[in-house]
Amino acid sequence: MHKGYFGDYGGMFVPELLMPPLLEVEKAYEEIVPTKSFQDRLNQVLRDFVGRPTPLFRCPNLSAELGFDLWLKREDLAHTGAHKINNTIGQGLLAKMMGKTTLMAETGAGQHGVATATAAAMLGLKSVVFMGAIDVVRQAHNVHRMKLMGCEVIPVHSGTQTLKDAINAALRHWISEQASTHYCFGTAAGPHPFPLLVRAFQSVIGREAKAQMLAATGRLPDTVVACVGGGSNAIGMFHEFVPHPEVEIVGVEAAGTGEPGCFHSAPLNVGTDGVLHGMLTKLLQTKEGQILPSHSIAPGLDYPGVGPEHAHLQAVGRARYESVNDSQALAAFSTLCRKEGILPALESSHALAWVLANRETIRPGSQVAVCLSGRGDKDMGIIAEAEAKGLM
Amino acid sequence: MGLSILTQKIEAARAAGRTALIPFLPGGYPDQTRFWEEMEGLDTSGADIIEIGVPFSDPVADGPVVEEASLACLEHGISLQWILDGLKSRPTRFQAAIVLMGYYNPFLQYGLEAFASDAAEAGVSGCIIPDLPLEESAPLREALAKKGLALVYLVGLNTEPERLDLYARHAAGFVYFVSVLGTTGVRELLPEEIAGRLKVAKERLGLPIALGFGLKSPDQLKALGGLADAAVFGSALISHVKSGRPAAEFMARWQGA
Ligand SMILES: Cc1ncc(COP(=O)(O)O)c(C=O)c1O
Repeated sequence: MHKGYFGDYGGMFVPELLMPPLLEVEKAYEEIVPTKSFQDRLNQVLRDFVGRPTPLFRCPNLSAELGFDLWLKREDLAHTGAHKINNTIGQGLLAKMMGKTTLMAETGAGQHGVATATAAAMLGLKSVVFMGAIDVVRQAHNVHRMKLMGCEVIPVHSGTQTLKDAINAALRHWISEQASTHYCFGTAAGPHPFPLLVRAFQSVIGREAKAQMLAATGRLPDTVVACVGGGSNAIGMFHEFVPHPEVEIVGVEAAGTGEPGCFHSAPLNVGTDGVLHGMLTKLLQTKEGQILPSHSIAPGLDYPGVGPEHAHLQAVGRARYESVNDSQALAAFSTLCRKEGILPALESSHALAWVLANRETIRPGSQVAVCLSGRGDKDMGIIAEAEAKGLM
Repeated sequence: MGLSILTQKIEAARAAGRTALIPFLPGGYPDQTRFWEEMEGLDTSGADIIEIGVPFSDPVADGPVVEEASLACLEHGISLQWILDGLKSRPTRFQAAIVLMGYYNPFLQYGLEAFASDAAEAGVSGCIIPDLPLEESAPLREALAKKGLALVYLVGLNTEPERLDLYARHAAGFVYFVSVLGTTGVRELLPEEIAGRLKVAKERLGLPIALGFGLKSPDQLKALGGLADAAVFGSALISHVKSGRPAAEFMARWQGA
């Protein structure tokens, strides 16, 4: 295994012009992130600005109904309403120490864009966010939030006009603006060192969850579950538990509508090995190597690739990856609203839906911890549409 | 591996006192029939090497002109296979050397060994893969080398001398020097530091250097006083061909550069 790889997956498949800035980020990751002064500052901001630690909540009503304990790691309660802020604060602080003046990002659903704009505003940095022109329309609310924070939102009209092309545009922009700009990559994917860097900042989720679980029950969870788009909330939840073989790890991808021939977002379930956005990973692609469009009702899962570490955890059998379709996710969304008074993001609803769909196979009395990666306020438009279509 | 045909082509141009010309045309552009006519036109109007673009859905090093052309080719069903089959089925070879330029994934899916042998059979002399920096390039480079093909590397304004030295150990054919910190697409002016950077690159790399990205007219080369051994032009040529005019006419402008 060589540098930047998780087993066979990962790497730095980028134009040479991006190697110097990536090596600069790698150096900062190795030399600045582990220092006490950086960690102290990070922890202070996570506490006072983000609101960490987020609670680990045992769902009283669903647990009684299911016959096992369902725990939610409440990333929906973090500032801006999703786990994305853990990463943008970390990368924002690092960018500042690297002497950069601008945070640049891609966004699909707009959650990472909002989190980037938020971190930049707080840290006194400029922010620029690339967003597919279609997403700009369907996530107008988040576009507005970004602009309020002083962020420049640039619509991307090329290709599929969604997240995949927003990443292409961001990589292109970074080539010319590398001197002043840090590319604040939004998920645990892309070229090395981003999968490691994002994991370093998201693994606070699992570290807290483990300590909270031990404090509450005296033992580790039997199963941890998270939805997988690019894979950042999932690797954040899983990383701490990987060295504990007794903990079962389940990642949940989006199966889209689930109809035969439909587009979906489940490269770990049905994709093949290939290279996109700087990494060798599982992809949705044709046999000629052209990237296929993806689909999910959850905009944050709508991506044809996945972070390389998940491809590796799957290959070595340490984690398994399942999928859940749009209507299962919508049903889980409703269930959590009604039974527990929590309005989850549609992305997080996929993780929950897997648990609900597999209730028969989960041992009674076990402890299941789900990463509730975000809140669903951003999804109200999609929910209203689904209701109007009689889908829920 | 002996001296690559690519090196020989550029050396021959230099011996004749001119900059070697390397036009770039996406495979199957502007359509399947006209593409081969334009290839003929390029071949008989002074191209020393022709770069055929292999279309990819996500061309991260390209500006809007090349991206649009590449996506149009995909819509028309152009693939690496189509390009190789087209080259193989020609009764005679082009006088110009042929290199394929494209992103890594289509080559990877084809199978690196299979590709190298089909490309050799099709008369291809090398590949340029913009998303394959030195660190990731060994598998393709070795597969190509077995068939006598060169992997042509790209370097740029931000490639420091120590990295140039690393490239020098593995480079073959020629080295593609990206003239701007940016994507493909014509620029009015090339960056000022380019002459100094080119000079260092030439000293370190020990191979001919082709300058590309941003070129639109031979005047841009004059200021460089012969530091570039070859000139690559893509976006400007694509725009010309798109407007319905023949590629050969575009080449005339560059004759004697
Ligand atoms: C709430 C929420 N969960 C999950 C995701 C998916 O991203 P990742 O797989 O990186 O956690 C997103 C992405 O926008 C999101 O907004």
